[in-house]
Amino acid sequence: MFEWLHPALVYLAGAFLLPFVPNGKARASLILLVPLIGLIPLLTMPYGETLQFTLFGETLTTFRLDRLSFVFSLIFSLAAFLSLLYAWHVRDTMQQVAALAYAGSAIGAALAGDLITLFVWWEGTAIASVFLIWARRTEGSYNTGMRYLIIQIASGVVLLAGAAIHYRETGSLAFDKLSLEGVGAWFILLSFGIKCAFPLLHNWLQDSYPAATVTGTVILSAFTTKLAVYALARGFAGTDFLIPIGAAMTLFPIFYAVIENDLRRVLTYSLNNQLGFMVVGIGVGSELAINGTAAHAFSHILYKALLFMSVGAVLYRTGTAKGSELGGLYKTMPWTMVFCVIGAASISAFPLFSGFISKSMILSAAAKDGHYITWLILLFASAGVFHHSGIKIPYFAFFAHDSGKRPAEAPWNMLLAMGLTAFLCIAIGVWPNALYSILPFDVKYNPYTSTHVITQFQLLFFSAIAFGTLMRTGIYPPELKSVNLDTDWTYRKMLPAVLGFVILFVSAVWSELARGATNSALAIRDTLAKFYGPEGRVAQVQPTGYMVLWLAILLGAALFVNLVGLP
Amino acid sequence: MLSFVSAHSPLLAIVIPLISAPLCMLFGNRTVAFTISTLAVAASFALSIYLLWWVKDGTVLSYHIGGWAPPLGIEYRVDTANAFVLLIVSAMGLLTLPYARTSITDEIDENHHTLFYACYMLCFTGLMGVTITGDAFNVFVFLEISSLSTYVLVALGAKKDKRALSAAYDYLVLGTIGATFFVIGLGFIYMATGTLNMVDLSQRLPAISDSRTVRAGFALIVIGMGLKVAVYPLHRWLPGAYTYSPSAVSVFLASTATKVALYVIIRFMFSVYSARFGFEAVTFQYVILPLALVAMFGASFVAVYQINLKRMLAYSSVSQIGYMLLGLSLLNVEGVSGAFVHMFNHAMTKGALFMAVGAIVFRTGSAMLPNMAGLGKQMPWTSAAIVIGGLSLIGVPSSAGFVSKWVLMSAAFERDWWLIAFLIVGSSLIAVVYVWRVIEVLYLQQPNKDVVVKEAPLSLLVPTWILIITTLWFGLHADFAIGFATTAAENLIQGGFGGKEVIILGVESR
Repeated sequence: MFEWLHPALVYLAGAFLLPFVPNGKARASLILLVPLIGLIPLLTMPYGETLQFTLFGETLTTFRLDRLSFVFSLIFSLAAFLSLLYAWHVRDTMQQVAALAYAGSAIGAALAGDLITLFVWWEGTAIASVFLIWARRTEGSYNTGMRYLIIQIASGVVLLAGAAIHYRETGSLAFDKLSLEGVGAWFILLSFGIKCAFPLLHNWLQDSYPAATVTGTVILSAFTTKLAVYALARGFAGTDFLIPIGAAMTLFPIFYAVIENDLRRVLTYSLNNQLGFMVVGIGVGSELAINGTAAHAFSHILYKALLFMSVGAVLYRTGTAKGSELGGLYKTMPWTMVFCVIGAASISAFPLFSGFISKSMILSAAAKDGHYITWLILLFASAGVFHHSGIKIPYFAFFAHDSGKRPAEAPWNMLLAMGLTAFLCIAIGVWPNALYSILPFDVKYNPYTSTHVITQFQLLFFSAIAFGTLMRTGIYPPELKSVNLDTDWTYRKMLPAVLGFVILFVSAVWSELARGATNSALAIRDTLAKFYGPEGRVAQVQPTGYMVLWLAILLGAALFVNLVGLP
Repeated sequence: MLSFVSAHSPLLAIVIPLISAPLCMLFGNRTVAFTISTLAVAASFALSIYLLWWVKDGTVLSYHIGGWAPPLGIEYRVDTANAFVLLIVSAMGLLTLPYARTSITDEIDENHHTLFYACYMLCFTGLMGVTITGDAFNVFVFLEISSLSTYVLVALGAKKDKRALSAAYDYLVLGTIGATFFVIGLGFIYMATGTLNMVDLSQRLPAISDSRTVRAGFALIVIGMGLKVAVYPLHRWLPGAYTYSPSAVSVFLASTATKVALYVIIRFMFSVYSARFGFEAVTFQYVILPLALVAMFGASFVAVYQINLKRMLAYSSVSQIGYMLLGLSLLNVEGVSGAFVHMFNHAMTKGALFMAVGAIVFRTGSAMLPNMAGLGKQMPWTSAAIVIGGLSLIGVPSSAGFVSKWVLMSAAFERDWWLIAFLIVGSSLIAVVYVWRVIEVLYLQQPNKDVVVKEAPLSLLVPTWILIITTLWFGLHADFAIGFATTAAENLIQGGFGGKEVIILGVESR
């Protein structure tokens, strides 16, 4: 019945028609309808490839629905609805249009059955999302958005180049599992890697997300990186070297998150770290692991959105998201606090919360296939997550020392959005089978075995005890309050020294490189301008005789090669 | 009647616009002149479609003028390649006219309007004639008709900016030198073969391809025509001519004149001479290909730094011509069809962009970027057209620009010239920069509050948006252009005047 209806087009049509609806409550409510309409074809269409058309003799598939793409497009639709509800009070046409176009592009990409269609939506997410950053309308956010846009567009260009080469090599544009034997697939992998914020390709993430508007960050956090996870899971499942990459991703952001004061930035680091789990799952590639990745992406989008929502609500009410300037807000924003704690519990993988039932799948899958070191790293990273997202975020925002701020509770639409998201987080944790049943593969998995639960509680309790002790004894100066929440106390002595050095070193090198790159870019620009600028030599209006000279030179050259007879 | 039209369709496509030019002057009323020229171009456009439909499968039409059989008589020869170019020229000619009617009210003195229409029709006739004729010297004649009228058209921009005069003068001097080179080249091959009919030439030249006269003739023809094509660095007449001429003239020239000149090069390269001649391959590999690459980058860089939008588009045209020449230099079917497809797509895209800029000039009086700050709000349709046209210029998928770049890249891969393929992508990235600069000015800068700018009138918007929509349409339905281009390229690569069967027309009229 709805076979002609493509969910992404629903969003784009919404984005297009939106400006014609008078700005106000009517429009804000209409926006909420878009994700719901978009769900109709998703839920009613049978699995299969539809909406195909032909371009240069190649069949392009714009709507490929199977179990993997279903999970991702479903969660994208949910996230779109929740974040649009959260942004209900926003009356900025640019943000509304961008949010819809962005969500639509992400869903379109998840449903793309070939590389060209994927590319179109891939760039669509880049172009639409940058307006969420620019919507702050400050000089800083403009520059940040520009950097973000360049990187995202570059990722798309690399994807297109990869697709073209892949097409030459294999004669196929289908977006299925790609073999890394060809050059093209490596380009495609690189492009996915940029969007997935692989280590050293990740800086755009921490640069841009905290720079967006309050509601923009919530929307941004849901789509771009998870789209990359989907693309990796589709194209590169079981690629071994993704395991160490993923492991590194879970590890290094922790340390940055610890020393970061801006709570939204802490959350982006933790976002990066959560992506690491998913990448490990993709690298392991077993059915259980892919299920784990999909499930983790599903629950991660929800609880990460919840955390961004609660911190965003704080930012909205107080005007700051800096840990050092907040504290004691639980007195006047109790609901936001409760939702934040639920999000924190989910990301820390407390049993009965969503993070637990998905993350443990990835851990089990890694252990089952004998990746013990990876397993240990992931375990360590879990503890790290608990301390920087699970404790640090709610603690600094809502408890800690009283900042004296007495903001009002968040607006009702924010509370409603957070409430719904929190409900989903708990519901998934309590009834995991509903989520398990829509995962890509039929695998029986029970997260609530006694070993699992006990291991997880040990991890969490020791972290909590460490945190509590440190706070009580007042050993830790306020700005380093939560550095050491790792399971083993020996790290406490080694890590600060080693890490301090590493962090200093890395940031020094990085800023030097960045400065050098900027400087040389400026230098290149100026040099080019010297030649090509309006006053430059190449662009000058020369006397006619000068061109006649060129004509003579070219004629000479043509005659020369003609008559001499080069090989 | 119909059978008469059908039998004489190649001739009528040229003669109708030719006759309308003096009629425009004789009536001396601009409304009448506009009506006459529109009807003439429309007839020519209809005949072009008819001809293309006739020859789309590779049939060749040979029209003997006055019933005199070639090689003595002059022959019009229509095959897929030039029928396709005829369609481009006549379609653009038809779309430009209603646009011109409004846009010249501001840019040209009222008592010069009939002169404008007359010159426009002469220019149109010349370009169509160059394309359709099968006689080498006739090419020169029509070329001069179109060139001389173009100089006048460019100079008509002098009401707004006196620099149009010097631009026209530059173009005149250089264009004449180019045409002279071309005619000297023709003289050389006439000397060697004793004939000027292209088919006849193609049969006689292989036997004497070692002759220095023949080789030097080729060099002169390619370089002389190269000037008209604006091969980098012979492009210096182009930015001035496109910038200072009236908007409608910029639209028409940018989308047709260089394309027709390029078609002449293609015709001489593959049909009169043959790609099998060693010296020809060498010329293209060592002279034209490097220049094409330099154009793709050099001209794009210049475009990045321009502050006059028309000038920026002009430099962008020089770089886009680089793509077409690159396609030719690959000397394979994909490359040549890539060049044809890009001709078609670039004509639409650049035509639309110049139209949109012309609309801005019409409303604000200036094509300088700093004066366009925030126009995205005030002229939403015009600005949106610039954005979509810009995307097509970059080669974003689902726009026409993507199709031609894709074909060109496939052609480069076909020859395993990987580096070239990457350079195509690389130079598209520079296009991103200059297109982005415009978008930034239009949408992200604050408008000047004191000046209220209205959206362009419908007579300017409608032709612009017709082109924009065709740009998108042919971006998604690429088979149309690729189909014709491939048939044309296959016939051309075979050499000579291949094709399935030759139908002779015009003989019974004696």
